[in-house]
Amino acid sequence: MSTGGGDTAVGRDGPEGVRSQTTAVPGVPAHGGRRRGRGERTMVPDADFVSYYGRPIVKPAPWEADIPAYLFAGGLAAGSSLLAAGADLTGRPVLRRSARLAALGGLSFSMAALVHDLGKPSRFLNMLRVAKLTSPMSVGTWILSAYGPPAGLAAAAEVVRMLPPEARRGPLRLARYVDRPAGLLAALLAPPVASYTAVLLSDTSTPSWHEAYRELPFVFVGSAAAAASGLGLVTAPLAENGPARRLAVAGAVLELTMEHRMEQSMGITAEPLHQGRPGRLMRAAKVLTAAGAAGALLAGRSRLVAAASGAALLAGSWCTRFGIFEAGQESARDPKYTVVPQRRRLEEEGPVRYSG
Amino acid sequence: MSSLFKENDLWGPLDPSAEAGYGEDRPKRKGFFTDTSICIGCKACEVACKEWNDVPADHFDMLGSSYDNSHSLNANQWRHVAFIEQPSSRGRATVDLGMPDVGPPGSGDGAGAYGAAASEDPDASPMDFRWLMSSDVCKHCTHAGCLDVCPTGALIRTEFGTVVVQDDVCNGCGYCVPACPYGVIERRKEPEGAKNVGIAQKCTLCYDRLDAGKVPACAQACPTQSIQFGDVEELRERANQRVERLHEAGVMDARLYGNDPDDGVGGTGAFFLLLDEPEVYGFPPDPVVPTRDLPHMFRQASRAAVTLAVGAAVVFLGRRR
Repeated sequence: MSTGGGDTAVGRDGPEGVRSQTTAVPGVPAHGGRRRGRGERTMVPDADFVSYYGRPIVKPAPWEADIPAYLFAGGLAAGSSLLAAGADLTGRPVLRRSARLAALGGLSFSMAALVHDLGKPSRFLNMLRVAKLTSPMSVGTWILSAYGPPAGLAAAAEVVRMLPPEARRGPLRLARYVDRPAGLLAALLAPPVASYTAVLLSDTSTPSWHEAYRELPFVFVGSAAAAASGLGLVTAPLAENGPARRLAVAGAVLELTMEHRMEQSMGITAEPLHQGRPGRLMRAAKVLTAAGAAGALLAGRSRLVAAASGAALLAGSWCTRFGIFEAGQESARDPKYTVVPQRRRLEEEGPVRYSG
Repeated sequence: MSSLFKENDLWGPLDPSAEAGYGEDRPKRKGFFTDTSICIGCKACEVACKEWNDVPADHFDMLGSSYDNSHSLNANQWRHVAFIEQPSSRGRATVDLGMPDVGPPGSGDGAGAYGAAASEDPDASPMDFRWLMSSDVCKHCTHAGCLDVCPTGALIRTEFGTVVVQDDVCNGCGYCVPACPYGVIERRKEPEGAKNVGIAQKCTLCYDRLDAGKVPACAQACPTQSIQFGDVEELRERANQRVERLHEAGVMDARLYGNDPDDGVGGTGAFFLLLDEPEVYGFPPDPVVPTRDLPHMFRQASRAAVTLAVGAAVVFLGRRR
């Protein structure tokens, strides 16, 4: 159920059950201040709240590591398609090739992860029986369905280019007509691939995902750009890595500044981003992303520096996705993050009521 | 972006089955009014639900939290009775439930559970705690988060205005689970070999029984009419009257939960009369369907996508390296 530490997993028995019977008496604050990470700065003063034996109110998503890994791989694919198209138009063949192959790799991994995470993998095609605007997952399925074929074709054309001339026979000769149009179409469809995943997480009752909905798309596209340019820095020669370096810096700055703003606007639901495993992941993400961006500034001179900063950017993006994913899961497991913000809103603004 | 959605599509008052496209001949919206003030915690609803709907009994844990051993609403628990033992230090007057005792007859005035005030008998020892019991169930929201986000169309709105999973369509993506603001729906993961493992499961308001003109199993089994089934409109009136009566009897804690069509989920089909704050019972205090903010989310995501596209274009301008 959880990708986090097994000691906090929510089961209908086991550790959670023990916790609830020993701590929470309805009518008194249930574990206010408990489980506070040591040395963390508290965003919001501690709040007393009431819960039913400390049990969760909303349920965490039944998703495992597949989903944050998909968030990373999907972002990497999308960013790579953009880099590949730019490299194609500006005559950077090595960057183009590696980015196109990365896009296909990221996309294939994403599809496998998404299908694997289904409760009934054999029914994955049921996603295509409706197109539903109120479901970000449906919208995302269609975005991926549109993005997949051109991204795949562009990578296939790249493979054909790598064949010796005498092997490019029959239908393979068509590859050069498909090549650039497919790459450009993939680039056109890539930005929504990178940003819709933020809506996917935010359109839930998981407190730390929902409360992040204003800034999360920017964090995710920044992370996608950083990851894709990171891979570009690893694979492209110095003569071609200028755009990857610039995109790395821009993506990292966007990710870090928007992540900071996000934490400011989330109130108490930002707490899980600072505690426990998600807290460690988020701290690692910041360090890696910042170091990768700094390295990218200098990566025009040294192949080694370029590769190292590229690797740091990739790792940073990975940590960002896992950190945000797991922080949300934690926020769903603790009733505090459901009760306290709603109580506060009730006190300050009264109950949510439709007013036309 | 918001214009892509119809008026009150995402929240606000609405007749859900009409919005789903059922015609004028559709039945009236059906629901539950669960009056927790007369729940005795017998769990007949839990048992009846399991029996009728063939919900697996996959665990029985002594949780040590009062008499609640069924833990929560989940894939294998579609009715859940909460037991709360509350110290009277919480400041609420306790009430004599009018249970039979060995005292002289005639002291009761027939006013019901809350009529006989304990203070009338100076010898009575004051209770130092009170019981709260409540049978929780899927709320069958007017704006149901689970149904909104379902990518396969497995979750549907029935002609009765209820929300039901089609077991043979659901592919177990699990998106409905975090979408529900009440934590009701869940993907069944056990017991192995049970039907519908891997598929989202929750109360159907006994769709099959409604189709046959019958009352849902839990309401049928409830011995105190704490669970009342009927037309939502009529139940709302009944609930208002009940709260008024309780207030007149001095039970000022009584309040309705989920009955307001203007609330964050457009009102629930299954709503409650509670004697304390919602979170005491494990309910969210003021839930809002996550999809209410969806137009804003799509707008932000579009802006982010444009930012990425422009950024990726700009880095290729200028210098050759």
